[in-house]
Amino acid sequence: MTSLTTGLKGRSELGVALLLGAAGVLVFLDANGLATPYSKSDPVGPKTVPFIVAGMLVVCAVLLALNVLRGGKGEAEGGEDVDLTHPADWKTVLPLAGAFILNILLIDWAGWVISGTVLFWGSVLALGSRRYVRDGLISVALSLLTFYGFYLGLGIALPAGLLEGIL
Amino acid sequence: MDVWSSLMDGFATALTPMNFLYAVIGVVLGTAVGVLPGLGPAMTVALLLPVTYALEPTSAFIMFAGIYYGGMYGGSTTSILLNTPGESSSVVTAIEGNKMAKAGRAAQALATAAIGSFVAGTIGTALLAVCAPIVVKFAVSLGAPSYFAIMVLALLAVTAVLGSSRLRGFASLGLGLAIGLVGMDSVTGQRRLTFGQPLLADGLDIVVVAVAIFAVGEALWVAAHLRRTPLHAIPVGQPWMGKSDWKRSWKPWLRGTAFGFPFGALPAGGAEIPTFLSYVTEKRLSKHPEEFGKGAIEGVAGPEAANNAAAAGTLTPMLALGLPTNATAAVMLAAFTSYGIQPGPQLFESQGPLVWALIASLFIGNTLLLLINLPLAPMWAKLLQLPRPYLYAGILFFATLGAYSVNLQAFDLVILLVLGALGFMMRRFGLPVLPLILGVILGPRIEGQLRKTLQLSAGDPAGLLGEPIAVGIYVIIGLILLWPFAYKMFRRNRPERRPLIPANSGAADYSD
Repeated sequence: MTSLTTGLKGRSELGVALLLGAAGVLVFLDANGLATPYSKSDPVGPKTVPFIVAGMLVVCAVLLALNVLRGGKGEAEGGEDVDLTHPADWKTVLPLAGAFILNILLIDWAGWVISGTVLFWGSVLALGSRRYVRDGLISVALSLLTFYGFYLGLGIALPAGLLEGIL
Repeated sequence: MDVWSSLMDGFATALTPMNFLYAVIGVVLGTAVGVLPGLGPAMTVALLLPVTYALEPTSAFIMFAGIYYGGMYGGSTTSILLNTPGESSSVVTAIEGNKMAKAGRAAQALATAAIGSFVAGTIGTALLAVCAPIVVKFAVSLGAPSYFAIMVLALLAVTAVLGSSRLRGFASLGLGLAIGLVGMDSVTGQRRLTFGQPLLADGLDIVVVAVAIFAVGEALWVAAHLRRTPLHAIPVGQPWMGKSDWKRSWKPWLRGTAFGFPFGALPAGGAEIPTFLSYVTEKRLSKHPEEFGKGAIEGVAGPEAANNAAAAGTLTPMLALGLPTNATAAVMLAAFTSYGIQPGPQLFESQGPLVWALIASLFIGNTLLLLINLPLAPMWAKLLQLPRPYLYAGILFFATLGAYSVNLQAFDLVILLVLGALGFMMRRFGLPVLPLILGVILGPRIEGQLRKTLQLSAGDPAGLLGEPIAVGIYVIIGLILLWPFAYKMFRRNRPERRPLIPANSGAADYSD
């Protein structure tokens, strides 16, 4: 089992090399597309640094790919609540990202109080809490508190959205 | 104006009732958030940034001073009571600190950490007050070529010296520099990497980038690997120290400070090396070497002092040169720029009162930390019991709130998610986060200095070597970059080879 999984894990890191390479090409193409007349007051121009960065990214991509193929491996980061003995738990991460995206879609239309409640409630559920009612109440309370706290305390008006006029 | 009278003016500003209140709030918030598992000082500062938006700069920075030291102290509490440290700089504290806690000496471990932090922080801040003006005096004589060289040195040093893989460090740096390119070019007004998206023309807000990489990336990463049975936190009463504890602690405090400050002030500083050096030194000098590994108080006192002295040291290049050398300083620099204040040698001229108020409030924050945290320690320890779903949902919630409140644009939240995913990937594959953040912050400024330099020399690359300091720095850069290759060449001549293919794949073993 170990040789298969380590082999696969080693290969997934090639995706990072791919991403670096793609980013490098993107930076290069973007800079290449800039039209710049030569000017004496700016001999470096806006293209030079992007070209350097692009080169650096591509070189890193190639070296990383070689490193991974030779068996090199990035060390996953540990932490207080991190247990690296089990593989990534996508059943937690994807719903979490879902709650986050829902918040982005809702925030301008429905307002922070609603979207923030959705975000917190959704995240807590995704992370495995099963006390639906208590979690819901905490979510609403947090959103309301931050809404008024930001408005009254910091003078930042978060969008009220659908609840405009009520809040 | 001499240092002393400027500093007294600073105290006068920082000790007005309102500003003092902000310092107290900063220390309490900083400690509370810093104690929470998974939240290091950098993330603490990033998450609490929005709270300071409504304040005028002076009050905001006074609050920052409190948050900065509070976050540091909170981290050490976590590592002593929980054992697995979130920050690399408190790894060493956890070794002996947690052993002490398990042996029923948590109160003494927390006390020596708190008092040691106070001693080191106070001496470190005093050194900062003395050194920063000297560095400034030196720095105002430097021109664009030297600045360019210094910034390149800081970036390369952080990337090449820290972390386990230089290659992955440079990959992270490249990504950071690319993110820093996004937006309007400051000289020609050309749009780079904006993909026709007008919202990107102003560039990515550094606060959004920092919150995404530190907070969102971390929350997603922890969520993917959440411990199903949270670590057991050791309960603790009021911290105190007996006579023998004092006797065994005071020398390590001072030695730790001596290690910490200079390393913190160097461009590739950080707190890892001095905390480790301090630990090794204390182990060698201790009269109780047999206690090391089983909970020796010297092993907590020294590294904690080194950690805090390094934190003060970091502020020297940050304030005097505008050069952040660790993640927390990078986020603070972002906060400065969001107020339209550019740290650097001119800062002491143009914003003198503000800088000295900040330094004065570092002294105040440090003292408050001791007064507030010794009695409150049992309460902080309870925070460690916070159910993890609430903790990480809360991090996402406040990260969103913080990033959104910068510009009130839902678009920033899209960027937050995308860069949060990047942060997740970096943690998964061992790309260090710090080079990316420094790349985002320093990249545009390095480009500015490069263009200024070559403008002065009319396009002649020799202009880069126009100042003797710059030449000296390039020599150092060359040494840093070439050292591992020289080392490898030396090693290659030895008949030591590791098998190229994993052992159980059936291939022959090449090792001899």
